[in-house]
Amino acid sequence: MAGRQLLMTFPVTATSHSLAEYLARGGYVALAKTLREMKPQDVVKEVAASGLQGRGGASFEVGRKWQVVQYDDGHPHYLIANADEGEPGTFKDRWILENNPHVLLESMLIASYALNVRNCFVYIRGEFDLPYRRLAGAVEEAYAAGYFGRNVLGTDFACDIVVYRGAGAYVAGEASGLIASLEGKKSYPRNRPPRLTVRGLYQQPTVVNNVESLSNVAGIVLHGAAAFRTVGTAKSPGTRLISISGHINRPGVYEVECGYPWMKFLEEDCGGVPGARPIKCVVPGGVSSKVLTGAEIKELVLSHEALWDAGSTMGSGGMIVIAEGTCMVSLLQVILRFYHHESCGQCTPCRHGTGWMHRIIDRIVAGGGMPDDIDRLYYVSKFNDGTTICGLGDAAGYACTGILDKFRDEFEYYIEHKRSKYGGSLECLKSS
Amino acid sequence: MKHLIPEFEKLRERFPTGFESSLVLPCVRRIQEDRGYVADTDIVELAQYLGIPQIQIEEVLSFYTMFRRKPIGRWHLQFCHNVSCSMNGAENILAHVERRLGIKPGETTPDGRFTLSHAECLGSCGTAPMMMVNQAYHENLTPATVDALLEELK
Ligand SMILES: Cc1cc2nc3c(=O)[nH]c(=O)nc-3n(C[C@H](O)[C@H](O)[C@H](O)COP(=O)(O)O)c2cc1C
Ligand code: SF4
Ligand code: FES
Repeated sequence: MAGRQLLMTFPVTATSHSLAEYLARGGYVALAKTLREMKPQDVVKEVAASGLQGRGGASFEVGRKWQVVQYDDGHPHYLIANADEGEPGTFKDRWILENNPHVLLESMLIASYALNVRNCFVYIRGEFDLPYRRLAGAVEEAYAAGYFGRNVLGTDFACDIVVYRGAGAYVAGEASGLIASLEGKKSYPRNRPPRLTVRGLYQQPTVVNNVESLSNVAGIVLHGAAAFRTVGTAKSPGTRLISISGHINRPGVYEVECGYPWMKFLEEDCGGVPGARPIKCVVPGGVSSKVLTGAEIKELVLSHEALWDAGSTMGSGGMIVIAEGTCMVSLLQVILRFYHHESCGQCTPCRHGTGWMHRIIDRIVAGGGMPDDIDRLYYVSKFNDGTTICGLGDAAGYACTGILDKFRDEFEYYIEHKRSKYGGSLECLKSS
Repeated sequence: MKHLIPEFEKLRERFPTGFESSLVLPCVRRIQEDRGYVADTDIVELAQYLGIPQIQIEEVLSFYTMFRRKPIGRWHLQFCHNVSCSMNGAENILAHVERRLGIKPGETTPDGRFTLSHAECLGSCGTAPMMMVNQAYHENLTPATVDALLEELK
């Protein structure tokens, strides 16, 4: 176990997602406590005091986002759980949706009470099948038990929920793109300000939080912010769900206490790299985060501050381990193809930039790379940075420069010799 | 589409009032499940039913990868070719399936049984390589498990 756990606290069985078992684990006690003992402002204060940071990618403090919402401004407010989970390498929200959907629902009820929300939504990626069925089943159970609807638990509090299915667009995971999608339109992100907490869904104040961020709320309210802060580090309270894949013996979802040593996690918890190959680099938190080399991560712990100091981020918790012998040129090709495919096309730098980068990397892989192509990739990456509406354009550039900064020689080799230094392979056979 | 209106009415009840526009995605999804694709007549009828412009539905259909305006094969095989799947042999599995079915991504077998596509990361990276067959996820694929599966899909 990678430190203390707050979310993966029970053995997963064929029925552990059910309401009955959630109740047996102490479920919906936090909701009862909230409705009976706490004022809405107390809940917001407690969540702010916990220092809980967003788990969707940007690590923005949840409480600070909530504090923007004016409880009594006379507008309807909306709350949306972001279950789009599209960042390549990320599959951790799926664990909550499949195995503990009620902790999300209970937390959303508490958040709705705190933020004066009558209608809340879960936006779940369109391809998810089992996670959707588990979540939809939990919603039915929760309605039947009186947790949603009017007079929740016999109080004046009323709340309804809709599970909304996406339709296949990475950019719909971006909060404003998500809102456009939930309004039944193509998911074009929009410029801020105004912030979504001021003008969001149908122009009303809206809070969008990641599934895992929200799922921490029930525990924070039940045990208090101080208890939450005893877990993790001062600057990264709590735990992170990390989905790990790539060249690793035991891929899967792990709950890691912030501050846990990175190499210990990889070697002891995840069983190390197949064939005990050295680690070439790691994608820390989804392909939009900059890679860190095996040497760079040696002494690091897993915390927001440690990764920021190292020039990267915990991002979405989607960790990909890349073993020595992997061709970084081919890897970057996959990543740049992805961004090009997913750009919504609204902003010129992103629309053209991702296409341009994709064509350059394709040309390099095909053996037609030019000596100044590396500089060209840097140029386009820098041009995207900060000039686009949403983070996708920036992310394409970060992912690209992150790899070029550390593995430039491989690109030079490929361009000069018209072939990969490592046979072009991304695979690291488990048996080797 | 019209026979689905009773279902759409139930769906509408779950949303707050004034959310008609939000019904586009769920209704389009249901129409596609029913017909296999979304026909031009569906667009006209849905726009009328929801009181929204047709262009909004057309944009949605062209924007999202899950929607289509033409029929495809009975079994839609969508192979993830993003990072973690590529690192775990997705290319080999896909090449194997291409050989076996005699089609490339974007194509349908002449008997209308299979359509092959690429997909981006489907949130299954820990159980790579993976593909979707219609709505179901199939994970930890090997040539042998794929062969067995293709036999079953008639
Ligand atoms: C291109 C793009 C895709 C994103 N995809 C997701 C996603 O799938 N899930 C998610 O929770 N956040 C995603 N985000 C981040 C959201 O915009 C937003 O910051 C987040 O949902 C807020 O929740 P949090 O503060 O609780 O993390 C994405 C951002 C960008 C720029
Ligand atoms: S940065 Fe790219 S994905 Fe984001 S809004 Fe602009 S064009 Fe669309
Ligand atoms: S890379 Fe294939 S499911 Fe994520």
